[in-house]
Amino acid sequence: MSRPDVVIVGAGMVGAACAYYAARNGLRVTVLDRASVAGGTTGAGEGNVLVSDRQPGPEMDLTLCSLRLWREIGDELGRGPIELEPKGGLVVASTPESLSALRELAARQRRAGVEAVEVAAGDLSRYEPHLAPGLAGGVHYPQDMQVQPMLAAARLLAASGATVHCGVEVRGIERDAAGGVAAVVTGAGDRIGTRTVVNAAGVWGGQVAALAGAHLPVAPRRGFILVTEPLSSASAAARGVVGPIRHKVYSADYVSTVVSDDAALQTSTVVESTRAGTVLIGSSRERVGFDRSYPLPVLRRLATQAVALFPFLAEVSVLRTYLGFRPYLPDHLPAIGPDPKVPGLYHACGHEGAGIGLAPATGALIAAQLTGGEPPVDPYPFRPERFG
Amino acid sequence: MTSPPLGPSRPSPSGRYHVAVVGAGPAGLAVAATAAAAGCRVALLDAAPAVGGQYWRGRDPGVRLSGVDVMTGSAVWFVSPGFVLHRRGSDPVAAERLVFATGAYDRTLPFPGWDLPGVVTPGAAQAMLKGCGVPIGDRVVVAGAGPFLLPVAAGLLEAGVRVVGVYEAGDPTRYARAPAAVAGARGKAREAMSYLATLARHRVPYRTRHAVLAARGVAAVSAVEVGQLDRSGALVPGSVRPVECDAVAVGYGFTPQLELPLALGCATRLDTDGSLVLAVDFAGQTTVPGVYAAGEVTGVGGAALAEVEGRLVGAGVAVATGHRSPLSEMELTRLLRRRSALRRFAALMHRVHAPPAGWPEWLTENTIVCRCEDVPVHRIRAAVTGLGATDGRAVKALCRPGMGWCQGRICGYPVAELTARWRGRPLTAADLAVFAHRPIAQPVRLGDL
Repeated sequence: MSRPDVVIVGAGMVGAACAYYAARNGLRVTVLDRASVAGGTTGAGEGNVLVSDRQPGPEMDLTLCSLRLWREIGDELGRGPIELEPKGGLVVASTPESLSALRELAARQRRAGVEAVEVAAGDLSRYEPHLAPGLAGGVHYPQDMQVQPMLAAARLLAASGATVHCGVEVRGIERDAAGGVAAVVTGAGDRIGTRTVVNAAGVWGGQVAALAGAHLPVAPRRGFILVTEPLSSASAAARGVVGPIRHKVYSADYVSTVVSDDAALQTSTVVESTRAGTVLIGSSRERVGFDRSYPLPVLRRLATQAVALFPFLAEVSVLRTYLGFRPYLPDHLPAIGPDPKVPGLYHACGHEGAGIGLAPATGALIAAQLTGGEPPVDPYPFRPERFG
Repeated sequence: MTSPPLGPSRPSPSGRYHVAVVGAGPAGLAVAATAAAAGCRVALLDAAPAVGGQYWRGRDPGVRLSGVDVMTGSAVWFVSPGFVLHRRGSDPVAAERLVFATGAYDRTLPFPGWDLPGVVTPGAAQAMLKGCGVPIGDRVVVAGAGPFLLPVAAGLLEAGVRVVGVYEAGDPTRYARAPAAVAGARGKAREAMSYLATLARHRVPYRTRHAVLAARGVAAVSAVEVGQLDRSGALVPGSVRPVECDAVAVGYGFTPQLELPLALGCATRLDTDGSLVLAVDFAGQTTVPGVYAAGEVTGVGGAALAEVEGRLVGAGVAVATGHRSPLSEMELTRLLRRRSALRRFAALMHRVHAPPAGWPEWLTENTIVCRCEDVPVHRIRAAVTGLGATDGRAVKALCRPGMGWCQGRICGYPVAELTARWRGRPLTAADLAVFAHRPIAQPVRLGDL
């Protein structure tokens, strides 16, 4: 194969976005993944493209940039093929205290450029007719979107024109006498010469960094999702089951669990319908390494909380559950940019639960850094050297 | 020490049984009866309303279950640590040892028209006839591969149904080339001969190396296209002809039900028939200590083998829970010898009745592969050849086969096989495990979870 300008490690959502923007900037791109397209955390999430759960600050800037780019991608690839739905988010508070905290957050978000519309308790049913009664109120975020992340990653990769090798593991990153990247070596022993490697290995980003002698403290933060029967089905209708849920609906405590540093289990209710007619129920966060077991207490908590928000769900069957590992970095910000010690190595990982939403801005920022272009956001807060 | 004031069938004061057996077919019944005879406290669970499994289907299996707590109507949807079995609609059951004897269901290969009304599996045809007394049609074709086609056809004939043809994709003359393996399972040969005699008496054509390639019809099946296969399993050009019928039963062997042991982390292997089965040791123990398996889940081999395995595992768990084996040395030796002979025969059967290699050639681009989610061949092909899916998990994620109500129970095998073929590699256990992995083993209401 011809020598690529850049080798991207990881064919998940972030790797796909990096490939897309790097190729559009004229670079010859090769993408390697030890498994399939979207075989890691990309394929284990809900496809969140959210602004509602962001605090004003650097990640908000990255988010707003990403939302703009997601809409462009939707225009380019078509919204249908990637199931991009500008459905909006509805955050609900169950107590007056959590409502006032939510309102205060919404006010700060509005000042940062977010559309956030307060919804009085009595008006919640106009947004979501099947919500439980007695909630204190909520905020509607019309900019929130949902995308089918596996389709989006696969189609973005296909559209990038990059050379993609799946089932190819990177076993080593060779460096030249000056310490810079010289080549990647695959599990089969092939050597691909390149001056530039982008580490888009998500939750395994620390391992890829280590191959080049670099350090990145990415850790897994486990989450589960319950998937219901398709609510559009005749059997569901016969049992009087209603649907779908119109927005991404979540409880106001979600934001505090997202930013928590606690390793112990935390859950908050997130409920939404998908194009396929199923309802996805999340979310849980816990740092337990790469433990792939399914603890019943966690699944039960997700179910109980979802039923509390949408009582009709009590009658709906769960068909399956899946788990994923969010790539967690200690300050909850992704690492995007050049490695401080290894010339030619760039990191684009550690987005925790927001990798789908933040992928396009990450890809655009990496592409700008690789080609000396104008960065779409200030890269400084995301610099990998903060982990020194 | 005072013994608990409970009979041998009751759980211990802590609520734990010595052994919980999931599945009350020939294997599970044998496990339960043997372990209980040794003095174990045994729970026997089955989702069906009566014991017997698919094999006995409500008829009396004639197994003594004294000392066994029989829990029919118990669909187990989850196993949590400490070997706690969670059942739909009733309290959980805990045990020191678990035995999975969950059996198998028909393995289906898609073909054009297989989603028409009137196309069913042999197992469904048998269930409707024996369970409900309703034959699947008036003029029926029975097709696919495996010895099970014969009792299905004979049962329909005895019920007065016209069977217009039996089409076996395998080549049973190959049995003659392995006389030693056949001799070890003489009962099976006798049984097959008696079914073939029934077919002959009713002048039903029995064609080997023939397969149903397509079903035709408007509102329901009105004919099937039957073709001859060569030795490699490919269609013989020019051999296709229509056979009129109003129903067809088609199946290619069986798929073991593995979701519960897989959820516990039991290792699997690819068996000679292309099925995903549990890896077990000499005593029927899986790779997870304390978890055993018997019957079709360790390799499809029929009721006789399942029963032998069940008795051996029942004795094994009895010993493992501190009881004396109920089997004499002589019985043990005889059962082990019988198990070897029946397993040898099963391996031969797998080779004789393998799914025909040419089946993907029968598909059109619009043939539906996943019926729950309406996924046609071309979308699976696009996921593999256009979108970079290298395994079944990615195919599922990109075009949804196996995501609907049946969770890949029906389309798992064909999707895994097509994915492997289009990637230019042989089918692996990992390919099949993608579609068999269901941490929640049965649909359960959110309110009951």
